[in-house]
Amino acid sequence: MLAMPPPDRAILDRRAAIVDALRAIVPGDGVIDSEIGRRPYECDGLNIYRALPMVVVLPSTVEQVAAVLAYCHAEGIKVVPRGAGTGLSGGALPLEDGVLLGMAKFNKVLEIDYANRCARVQPGVTNLGITNAVAHAGFYYAPDPSSQIACTIGGNVAENSGGVHCLKYGLTTNNVLGVELVTMDGRIVRLGGKHMDSGGYDLLGIVVGSEGLLGVVTEVTVRILRKPQTARGALVGFPTVEDGGNCVAQIIAEGIIPGGIEMMDKPAIHAAEAFAKAGYPLDAESLLIVELDGPQAEVDELIAAVGRIAKENNATSLRISESEEERVRFWAGRKSAFPAVGRISPDYVCMDGTVPRKKLAEVLTRMNELSAKHGLRVANVFHAGDGNLHPLILFDANKEGELAAAEALGADILRLCVDVGGVLTGEHGVGVEKRDLMPAMFDATDLAHQQRLKCAFDPQGLLNPGKVFPQLHRCAEMGKMHVQRGSVPFPELPRF
Amino acid sequence: MEVFKPANAAQLKDALAWSAAEGQTLAVRGLGTKTGLGRPMAAARVLDTSALKGGIDYQPEELVLTCAAATPLRDILLLLEQRAQMLAFEPPDLAPLYGHEPGTGTLAGALAANLGGPRRVKMGAARDHFLGFSAVSGRGEAFKAGGKVVKNVTGYDLPKLMAGSMGTLAVFDTVTVKVMPAPAKSRTVLAFGLEPAAAVAVLADALNSPWEVSGAAYLPAATAARSGVDLARGAGGSVTAIRVEGTAVSVAARCEALRKALPASAGQEELHTMRSRKLWEEIRDVRALLPDGSALWRVSLAATQSSALVAALPECAYFFDWGGGLVWLAMDEAAVPARAGVLRAAMGEGHATLIRAAEATRARVPVFEPMLPGVAALTRGVKAQFDPRGILNPGRMYEGV
Ligand SMILES: Cc1cc2nc3c(=O)[nH]c(=O)nc-3n(C[C@H](O)[C@H](O)[C@H](O)COP(=O)(O)OP(=O)(O)OC[C@H]3O[C@@H](n4cnc5c(N)ncnc54)[C@H](O)[C@@H]3O)c2cc1C
Repeated sequence: MLAMPPPDRAILDRRAAIVDALRAIVPGDGVIDSEIGRRPYECDGLNIYRALPMVVVLPSTVEQVAAVLAYCHAEGIKVVPRGAGTGLSGGALPLEDGVLLGMAKFNKVLEIDYANRCARVQPGVTNLGITNAVAHAGFYYAPDPSSQIACTIGGNVAENSGGVHCLKYGLTTNNVLGVELVTMDGRIVRLGGKHMDSGGYDLLGIVVGSEGLLGVVTEVTVRILRKPQTARGALVGFPTVEDGGNCVAQIIAEGIIPGGIEMMDKPAIHAAEAFAKAGYPLDAESLLIVELDGPQAEVDELIAAVGRIAKENNATSLRISESEEERVRFWAGRKSAFPAVGRISPDYVCMDGTVPRKKLAEVLTRMNELSAKHGLRVANVFHAGDGNLHPLILFDANKEGELAAAEALGADILRLCVDVGGVLTGEHGVGVEKRDLMPAMFDATDLAHQQRLKCAFDPQGLLNPGKVFPQLHRCAEMGKMHVQRGSVPFPELPRF
Repeated sequence: MEVFKPANAAQLKDALAWSAAEGQTLAVRGLGTKTGLGRPMAAARVLDTSALKGGIDYQPEELVLTCAAATPLRDILLLLEQRAQMLAFEPPDLAPLYGHEPGTGTLAGALAANLGGPRRVKMGAARDHFLGFSAVSGRGEAFKAGGKVVKNVTGYDLPKLMAGSMGTLAVFDTVTVKVMPAPAKSRTVLAFGLEPAAAVAVLADALNSPWEVSGAAYLPAATAARSGVDLARGAGGSVTAIRVEGTAVSVAARCEALRKALPASAGQEELHTMRSRKLWEEIRDVRALLPDGSALWRVSLAATQSSALVAALPECAYFFDWGGGLVWLAMDEAAVPARAGVLRAAMGEGHATLIRAAEATRARVPVFEPMLPGVAALTRGVKAQFDPRGILNPGRMYEGV
């Protein structure tokens, strides 16, 4: 079970004074200290872990954010940023002795600049909110996590979120041009802007995906794109997972990069079909949804090629969408995969590893063995184009030991991903969930270099501590150079 | 000057561990094609990484390639071509700009300088395709980051930090990049005779169209006249170029749609695959299009600001790429100290790099965009963490960095 840094009694003892000080910075309803008011913030989308924050602060200006952080910095108080709380790795899990800094009031679209193909928005705007703001002009924001109705762009930046369209259009990091960031000491900096290359160290590039550990994002400039002229889908059933995997490999080998390629295994197909009645083939061992988007002439040509490739890879069923309505229906099951699984099991956790695609069949076989070993069912949905797996582990938290078994199975699955050459997380982030698994992928020196980056931004480790890194090191300790002059012999290497 | 030339990762680590312990500075060099890029440095030794090559692990169906850091870019491009794939960021070959043979750069060099070509507008820069690496930091410690799969958010995105850091934080041992299928066809629509601001508007319309434009450039008359592509050279005026790539059917349909949207007053032409490739190579590699011998700026800015920038510097030869979001500008060497400020003020928010100039000029004029205090503090903080004794390429990017 997960251990968080022990709450600091000295801070908790000063709670009343801290609340007063915060009220002086954020007036009105922006500081919540009642228990009932704090409850909704006790967890994020990874709801198996909960903690009641010491106090919730909802600032509405960058000056307030800067003043709150400067105050907490001076007083040694920990801060956890939060967007919509849909994160699946516990990144926004509160600390009992910390301030939960909710960014929900930063909900404005500040500027839309079609001539420079970008929009400037506040971090609390939802992912879909950006698309909605530009849709009337035929534009959209490309990264589309399944949680897009609810999740915020600030959370997307922190997690470097993806979606079904990432292979072609990139993750959040490839679609963000700039941010305004407040560092833990209350300093406001702007990174990037409307220009494409920023030069200097790519601080923007490391802030994206930093899981709220480097600074609080108070503004985001995103790239917006013109909507594709058309999109068509293919729905293909295969007799084995291997055939489905081979089909994906051949599509890419033939030079086709679909807008989306999603795969589901048999348990996921059945759960989704029961829920959404999308017409999925129930006899298939794996199901592919391939969507091509772009200019009509190209899409028509390539969707035919996808049909041919599917047949060459033993497809047992193949449908190609002839209308927008049909295309949307193909997606209905996949898009409701999570609630569908929620209906067949009291609880589930969603994992998120990436593997080299050619290992897919092997990984599924070994995952089935692990599932049997731990006595829990697993349903799989994948972003097949980039090998990003989402095994959904089904369990019942009310049954003695099942939560622990689910955690253990999840850890085994992620270790398996690393084992075959993949990684712990493709889009949900490390957070607290995969924190203790980091050594499976990185050795102590690797992790120390990552933590040193943290030291450059937040040397006291007050921003979102206990996340991402399995061990907290003091920056002063890490800064020491362990080599002493003269102790390293003159290197035996070719010299001229 | 003494040169360290490690033959493998262990020797690379030895060289850095020793230098770090002794506080001895190193000028890091791959094949040496970009030594002219950056502020002049006074390093005690040269660290020549050129023996760290080969070991290519190319997985076309996974869209990833890993190789030793100093593997020549040319070798990699050749290998990709055999499988109809490419580095989608279209790395420019700037070697000739600095007086070297074409095609002599390394992949790690392209990544360390974060150089992206015309396809930047659609597919991103080098940073966007850089998936993972192993390296030795200025602390003399070997470490790795990122991964060997196309989608990964495990830990901080250190490949981004390394991209564009010009060898000031760590020295690569191996690098992993994302590769993409190469398009079968390339076609370019040309519009003639537009003024810069009007051209940027035309390019914006093209980039904002659903036609998946992968190149958007503007060559004023004097620049177009230097092109080796007949239709550009003989235009007798400015050339606005819009590229589409894909299957034959697709490029034909998209070119037709793009041509219909051009202003009626402008003359039009179309370049097909070979000539289209040639024109974009010129735009990507810069050298053919701008006067030899002059100082050269690479300015990344909001596209709508580019025509004001060139209007403020009427004496300079130039061209636009990225729909106006990138300006390449040639300036008389002697004028650089006086005109750098004008350039940086006229650009607005952005980043101007003095990409080529005499050493004395680069010592006087900031080569990289001067930083605001907040960013400068973070930048120095990061440098101090990765290279606390300042042994790697000291001062190459900024004073003290
Ligand atoms: C049903 C469902 C489907 C999902 N599908 C996908 C998917 O397809 N792809 C995908 O990538 N993810 C998916 N997710 C995960 C989640 O939606 C994303 O990680 C999302 O980006 C989180 O955004 P949020 O606003 O909810 O952030 P939160 O959960 O509130 O926070 C996430 C992290 O961001 C930090 N943070 C939030 N705002 C800021 C800020 N302004 N400044 C600094 N740090 C900040 C927090 O500290 C935390 O570490 C899904 C989640 C659910 C519940």
